[in-house]
Amino acid sequence: MIKMNNTQALRQFQDDLKRQYDPKKKLVTICAGTGCRGYGCIKVKEELEAEIKKQNMDVEVRATGCFGFCEKGPLVIIHPEKIFYQQVKIKDVPDIISKTVAQGDVLEKLLYRDPQTNETVMKEEDVPFYKKQNRLVFGQNGLIDPTRIEDYLILGGYSALAKALSGMTPEGVISEVKKAGLRGRGGGGFLAGIKWEGSRRAHGEPKYVIGNGDEGDPGAYMDRSLMEGNPHSVIEGMIIGAYAIGASEGYIYVRNEYPLAVIHLTMAIESAREAGLLGRNILGADFSFDIKISKGGGAFVCGESSALFASIEGRAGEPRAKYVHAVEKGLWDKPTVLNNVETWANVPLIISKGADWYASIGTENSKGTKIFSLVGKINNTGLIEVPMGMTLREIIYGMGGGIPKGRKFKAVQTGGPSGGCIPESLLDLQVDFDRLYEVGSMMGSGGMIVMDDRSCMVDVAKYFLAFLQEESCGKCVPCREGVRRMREILEDICAGKGEEGDVELLEHISTGIADGSLCALGGSAPNPVLSTIKYFREEYDAHIRDHRCPAGVCKALITYSIDPEKCTGCGLCIKVCPTQAVSGEKKKAHTINNDLCTRCGACIESCKFDAINVK
Amino acid sequence: MVNMIIDGKNISAPKDTMLLAAIRGAGISVPTLCAHEAVSRSGSCRLCVVEIKKGNRSRIVTSCLYGVEEGLVVDTKSDRVLNVRRLVMELLLARCPESDVLQKMALEMGAEPQPRFVADTDKGKCILCRSCVRVCEEVVGVSAIGLFARGSQKTVGPPFHEQSDVCIGCGACVYVCPTGHIEMISTGEKRKIWGRRFKMQPCDKCGKFFAPVDQLKYISKKTGVPFEELSVCTDCR
Repeated sequence: MIKMNNTQALRQFQDDLKRQYDPKKKLVTICAGTGCRGYGCIKVKEELEAEIKKQNMDVEVRATGCFGFCEKGPLVIIHPEKIFYQQVKIKDVPDIISKTVAQGDVLEKLLYRDPQTNETVMKEEDVPFYKKQNRLVFGQNGLIDPTRIEDYLILGGYSALAKALSGMTPEGVISEVKKAGLRGRGGGGFLAGIKWEGSRRAHGEPKYVIGNGDEGDPGAYMDRSLMEGNPHSVIEGMIIGAYAIGASEGYIYVRNEYPLAVIHLTMAIESAREAGLLGRNILGADFSFDIKISKGGGAFVCGESSALFASIEGRAGEPRAKYVHAVEKGLWDKPTVLNNVETWANVPLIISKGADWYASIGTENSKGTKIFSLVGKINNTGLIEVPMGMTLREIIYGMGGGIPKGRKFKAVQTGGPSGGCIPESLLDLQVDFDRLYEVGSMMGSGGMIVMDDRSCMVDVAKYFLAFLQEESCGKCVPCREGVRRMREILEDICAGKGEEGDVELLEHISTGIADGSLCALGGSAPNPVLSTIKYFREEYDAHIRDHRCPAGVCKALITYSIDPEKCTGCGLCIKVCPTQAVSGEKKKAHTINNDLCTRCGACIESCKFDAINVK
Repeated sequence: MVNMIIDGKNISAPKDTMLLAAIRGAGISVPTLCAHEAVSRSGSCRLCVVEIKKGNRSRIVTSCLYGVEEGLVVDTKSDRVLNVRRLVMELLLARCPESDVLQKMALEMGAEPQPRFVADTDKGKCILCRSCVRVCEEVVGVSAIGLFARGSQKTVGPPFHEQSDVCIGCGACVYVCPTGHIEMISTGEKRKIWGRRFKMQPCDKCGKFFAPVDQLKYISKKTGVPFEELSVCTDCR
C-alpha cells in the first residue's frame, strides 16, 4: 500500500482501482462473519477456490463481512448477476462453479424460497428479509474483504475524510453532524454533535476519541459484525471525529471474545496507517491522529463510559459518578468523546452525502437508520438495518418472517437486558429512541429478542435479572444487593413460593434501584421486571395466587400429560424421554408418570401430533 | 461563595466544596457510611443521596460527589430520597444482620428489616464501602488489601485472601471501617490482622507494646527517620 500524502493522491488511487475493476468479471462473494463461520463457510470458500482452480477459471472468491441473513448461512452471491444462494454446502460447490459461474445457470435448490408464496427468489434484494431494509451502514459488508483496504477505497472509502480535511473546518464538521441529528447508537441516544462540540470547547490536552465496541447484550451482535465486516467505516468516522474535536489519540474498545473483530480492526488500522490515513499529518494535512485497540475482558459494565475509561486505564471496570461529563474529563481526566462503533460508522455517510440528506431519513427526533439484531422466536434470525420509525410489526412479520411453527407472538424485548418487554398490543409502535422509551423500554444498542406464547414473562424477567446480577460491578449497594434480592424473589415466584405483595415489593425495590444506583446499568436494571409487570401482570398473579405458569415454562408449576385423542402411540416420546417417564403400548395412547417427569420438553419437541399437554 | 436553597433555607457555601459538606455545614444531618474524612469519596453506599432541582428538572444525586452550584435547590428529605435510603438500609440489614451500627442507623431512619429478604450469614459486617481499601492505598500507601470479583460475589481482603507481604499491620483499615467488620486482635507482643501475625515493638522508655515492628520499619523507610527514634511510644515522646 502506498502512502498518500494529499487528498489528490487518494482520489487518484481510488480512480486507478476503479479503472482496473471490470464490472463484468465473475466474482463469488461468501459471507465470512462469525455466524457463517459457525456454519463452516471457510471450508466452503476453500472448496470454491479449489474447484475454480480445478476448472482452470479466473474467478475471484471473496470472503466478506456478514450479510446479515444469519438464519440461512452460509450465504454466497455470484456476481455480476447477483445470484443469491443460501445454506450452501460443500457438496453444492462443483455445481455452483460449473453451472452458475461458468454458464450462468441458476441452481433452483440453493435459492431462497419464500415460505408464504412458496416461490424462489433469485436476487438478494428481492428476498423479503432484505427488501425493505435500507442498508446504508451495513450494505458494504457484503462487498468488502475486510482485510483489504482497497475494497473499501474502491467504494469511495475515506472520501468523506478527504472532504472534511480539504474543505471543512472542524466547526463545520461538528455543525454538519449536529444538523444531521445523529444520536448515539450505543444506548443513551445522546446527540453526537453536541457531545463533540462540548469536547472541542473543553480545555485539556490530549483529547481522545473512543469507539465503544463492548457490545454485551445477550443476542445482540451488530457491532461485532460491523467491526468484523467493515472496520474501515468505523475508523474513518473516528478520524473525522478526531479532526472535528481536535483529538490526537483514539481507542477502539473491543471485547476479547470477538477475536475476528480484533484481527480485522488491527489489520485495518495498520493498513490505514501505511496509507497515510492514520498517524502524522493525515493526507498531508496539519492534523495527526492515531488509534490503538484496547481489548476488554468481557464485562458488560465496561460498556458504560466511565467503567470503560477505567478499564482502558488499567483499573477495575467500575463506573464513577459522572457529574463532570466525559467530554470535559473522560479518559485519564482529559476531554473525551466516546461513541458506539455504529455511531462512528454513520459519520462518513453524513459528511459524504450531507446533513440534509441524512436528516431526511428516519423520524422527527431519530434520524438515519439503525441496525437491529433480530433473534429469539423468529423465522429469519439475523441483522437488519432499517430507517428509524419502522414499526415492530414490519420488522417482526415483514423482515423477520413471523414466528416459527405458526405460534403466537407474545412480546419483544428491545434494548438488551436493561430494556423492556413490549407486548402485542404495541406492535404498531414506530421504533425510534423516544417511542421505545415512552413504552418503558429503550433502543439500547439494537437488540430485539422475540418471544412466543411459550415464553413465561416472569421467567424472562428472572433471566435478565440473573444476567444483570452477574454483570453488576458490585460497587454500589442498590445494584449489587437490590438486583440480587429481586432475582431471589423472582426465583421464588417461578418456584411457586411467591407471596402476596411480592409484586409491590419488586416495584418498591425497582424504584429505589433506579433512583439510587451509581450508573446506568443499575439505573435501568429494573426495566425487565417493571415492563413485564406493566404488560403481563396477570402472569405474575397466576404464579403467585394460583401456582400456575400460564406459558407452561416454570417447572415447579406445570405438569405434562398426553392427550389420548391426539396420541397415535407412535412411541417417539418414549424414546426421547431421558427419565423413562412415558410408557404405553404401540398404537395405543401413552401416559406420563409425573413423579418421574422432569418437564424437560423433549417429548413436546418430538411429538408430531401436538399430543402433549402442559398445564 | 455560592448560594443555594437547601430544605427551604438559604445556604451559602464556598466554591469547590461538595454538597454533602455544605448540607452538613448548614446543620442538616445526612446519613453516610462510606464517606470517611480520611479517604476519597467512592459514592458506593448511596445513603447521602439528595434530590436537586434545576429549572423544571429534578434528579437524585450523590451529595458526597456533587459539587455545590449557584442557585441549586436541594431537598435532603424528599420522598424519593427517603425511599432510596430506606431501600439501602433494608438491603444492608439483610446483608449484615449482626451489625449494631446498621441496626442503630436503621432505627433512626425508621427502616426495618424486610422480612422477604433472607438474611446473609457469610458476609460478616462488611458492606463493601471500600474505605479500608482506600485508606490502605491513599493514606498508608501500601495497597495491601483490595476488592475481588464483582457483583454480589465481591469481597475485600489481601490478594487471593492469603497473608499479605506488604501489609504493615497498622490497623488503619480497622479505624476507618464504619461497621467494625475487620478483626484485629492485639495481645501485647503480637497483633493479628488479615490472617497474618505481626510482632509488636515495645516502647524503649515505658516498655509498652505500641506498634507493629513492620509499621515502624515502613515509616522509617518512608521518612528517613532512624528506626531507633521511632521506637518510643507517643505517650513517652
